[in-house]
Amino acid sequence: MSVAVAQAPQVAQVTAHARLRGVTRVFEGKLSVHALGPLDLDLARGEFFSVVGPSGCGKTTLMDLIAGLSAPTAGTIIFEDKPVKGEVPDGIGAVFQEDASFPWLTVRDNIAFGLRRAGVDAAEIARRVDYVIGFMGLRDFTTAYPAQLSGGMRQRVCIARTLVLQPRLILLDEPFGALDQQTRLLMGDELLRLWRETGATILLITHALDEAAMLSDRVGVMSARPGRFIDIITTGWARERDSAIVADPAFGAVTARLWSLLRSESLKAIGAKGA
Amino acid sequence: MTRNAAISLTRIAVIVGGIVLLEILCRRHVINPLTLIPPSEMVTSLWHMFGSQKIWDDIAQTFSTVALSFVLSVTAGFALGALVHALPRVRRAIDPLLASYYSIPFFVFYPLLIALFGLNTVPLVVIGFVFATAAMVISTLNGLDRVPRVMTKTARILRLNPARAVWSVTLPSAAPYLFTGLKLALAYSFIGVIAGEFILSGGGLGYSIAYAYNDFDNQTMYALMMFVLVIAVVMNGALHVWEQHMSRKRTRA
Amino acid sequence: MTQAWSGLNSRMLDALLLVALALAVWQGLYEYAGEAAITSPLTTLGYASSLVKTSSFWTHAKATLAAFGYALAISIVLGVVLGLVLGFQRFAGDVAEPVLVALYTIPKVTLYPLILLIFGLGVSAKVAFGVIHGVVPVILFTLNAVKNINPVLIRTSRVMRLSTWQTISTMLTPAVMPELITGVRVGFSLTMLGVLIGEMFASQRGLGFLIINGINMHNVRMMMAVILIVVVFAIAANGLLLAFDKRMHRA
Repeated sequence: MSVAVAQAPQVAQVTAHARLRGVTRVFEGKLSVHALGPLDLDLARGEFFSVVGPSGCGKTTLMDLIAGLSAPTAGTIIFEDKPVKGEVPDGIGAVFQEDASFPWLTVRDNIAFGLRRAGVDAAEIARRVDYVIGFMGLRDFTTAYPAQLSGGMRQRVCIARTLVLQPRLILLDEPFGALDQQTRLLMGDELLRLWRETGATILLITHALDEAAMLSDRVGVMSARPGRFIDIITTGWARERDSAIVADPAFGAVTARLWSLLRSESLKAIGAKGA
Repeated sequence: MTRNAAISLTRIAVIVGGIVLLEILCRRHVINPLTLIPPSEMVTSLWHMFGSQKIWDDIAQTFSTVALSFVLSVTAGFALGALVHALPRVRRAIDPLLASYYSIPFFVFYPLLIALFGLNTVPLVVIGFVFATAAMVISTLNGLDRVPRVMTKTARILRLNPARAVWSVTLPSAAPYLFTGLKLALAYSFIGVIAGEFILSGGGLGYSIAYAYNDFDNQTMYALMMFVLVIAVVMNGALHVWEQHMSRKRTRA
Repeated sequence: MTQAWSGLNSRMLDALLLVALALAVWQGLYEYAGEAAITSPLTTLGYASSLVKTSSFWTHAKATLAAFGYALAISIVLGVVLGLVLGFQRFAGDVAEPVLVALYTIPKVTLYPLILLIFGLGVSAKVAFGVIHGVVPVILFTLNAVKNINPVLIRTSRVMRLSTWQTISTMLTPAVMPELITGVRVGFSLTMLGVLIGEMFASQRGLGFLIINGINMHNVRMMMAVILIVVVFAIAANGLLLAFDKRMHRA
């Protein structure tokens, strides 16, 4: 596949930002479910990495493990040279698929929530919150309550609430899943802008192949359950990219490659449920 | 006019119309005055009673008993609800009990309580408590159940310690349901106490109504009945309005 | 199959544990308060079983059951009819619903003197007490059941060109049934409560009267035995209705 590159992607640091080795997750219960792994992954600092895969392959489980929301049954997860095992480390932010905005707080209070709990002083809170509000285009809505906003706006509030804490690794689990296609494309551009400005490492979980192909430096393709990486594709896009990249012929090639990898896995996933 | 306005107006019209009809029927003696006195007489009788001390003593006794029952049942109900929520095995055992709880006619226990504690306000508080606590437990369980998983995840991602997470995320999220529990606890405490006073007691508004009935004193009896009903409606209505107001910012317009 | 069985076993075990706990508390209260205030579980059980063999007990029990039966029948019929009307007449339903809900929160016992003055000191007053307690939940549940009828059902019946009667019998009735049954179940318990309280306050017959008479005559044994019988009956009846209710909801 030919790729037009204006600027080479970031060179990976010597030490990966996050490193997964042999990570496995088995859910115990009446029947034990082998949900994920064993899988390996190196996340370079500042890269934009997407994960795609058939439904039920364990993408959300993967994110929960990296975030420290649950512990792996086997394997190791290292984030910034420290192991992650069931405790959320400092420097990680997450945006989930469901709306996590607090309905009892205004937009401004929602965004300031994390900072206030962390005991940051009021002046600094005001400064950071104002900046992020401007950055995410929420200036006209600071006193509104989430119930008065659209789904896209509410996700922006959740992203803002995460951003204001200046995380170094941002995990997003199908954050635009509930939105219509046009809004998704615009939100994708915003995500790229945010990525460039903050220099954070981004791990995006999505079922939309075009989204993954358009936004990422690399795309990991997961197999059906138990999820493992079948392949990791490097897109080679320039850092200064946006949704206009759909016009690039390489985009079609990337998407085609992703689908050809995923097609059989998706059939397996459906077969596993239906057959 | 909007449909909601039409509904409210119709409701008010029906209620006012009913009262006016009652007034006319009573005044025209279509309804036997020994059975029911006109609403206007109920009001004037009540007004006169406010001048004497007796009704204020009754009010003080009933309200203090209700208040005690309410505070105890809300506290215990919330604590029990939170505890049961955290212990799934206990919850599974208790769920059928809670589902059948209100099928037990608790009032039959009232004489037993008098036998145990004497003819004072303790049996009243206990009856009110027993009635109201279960509602608070059920509401608390409901509220805690409905905290969306993503809220709990968010609290963990923000690295809140468990106490902080409960105070800043879980409780505000469950608040509407907890408030419903509060409403029910107040209503049931009130019902329990008034009914108890009515059946067998030494004082309070319920007792005075029963006394007036036995004394063939319709003026006093109906005045008090009206007073109790109005208090109940106003009390519960006020909480309801407050609840609507609070939930307005949480629900889509 | 084995898992369902062990689940049932553990639930029964939990239920037995709860009963044992209740009995223990009862025994504890007995130790604390003494014979004059309360009788022990064993004594009560013994007295209750001898009581149900006497004809005087059944005179009272039949009085209660009769009043309860009438009140329940009226509550159900009146409640369902009103609930259906208010459910289908959307405007009237919306006007009436908050008033009905408010009726739940007022102490209906305050209306008893009025009922006594209207109906006199007989069975009809007791029946009326029962009805004012039981009819409200039946109305509300039926009303809500109708309100929640999925509009898709009506459209489907039109597409299938069903007659009005067929629509009602094959689509609407099954749709409404589960919630209606729940309303009847709640109405059952509340009607019983109403009848019993009525007997406690103003009657010379019935199980409620026996209980209040027990305390007035310092006949603690009688009072406890009748309470036990009433509570066991209430729980058993509700248990049956609950099982039926669940069946309806699953089907």
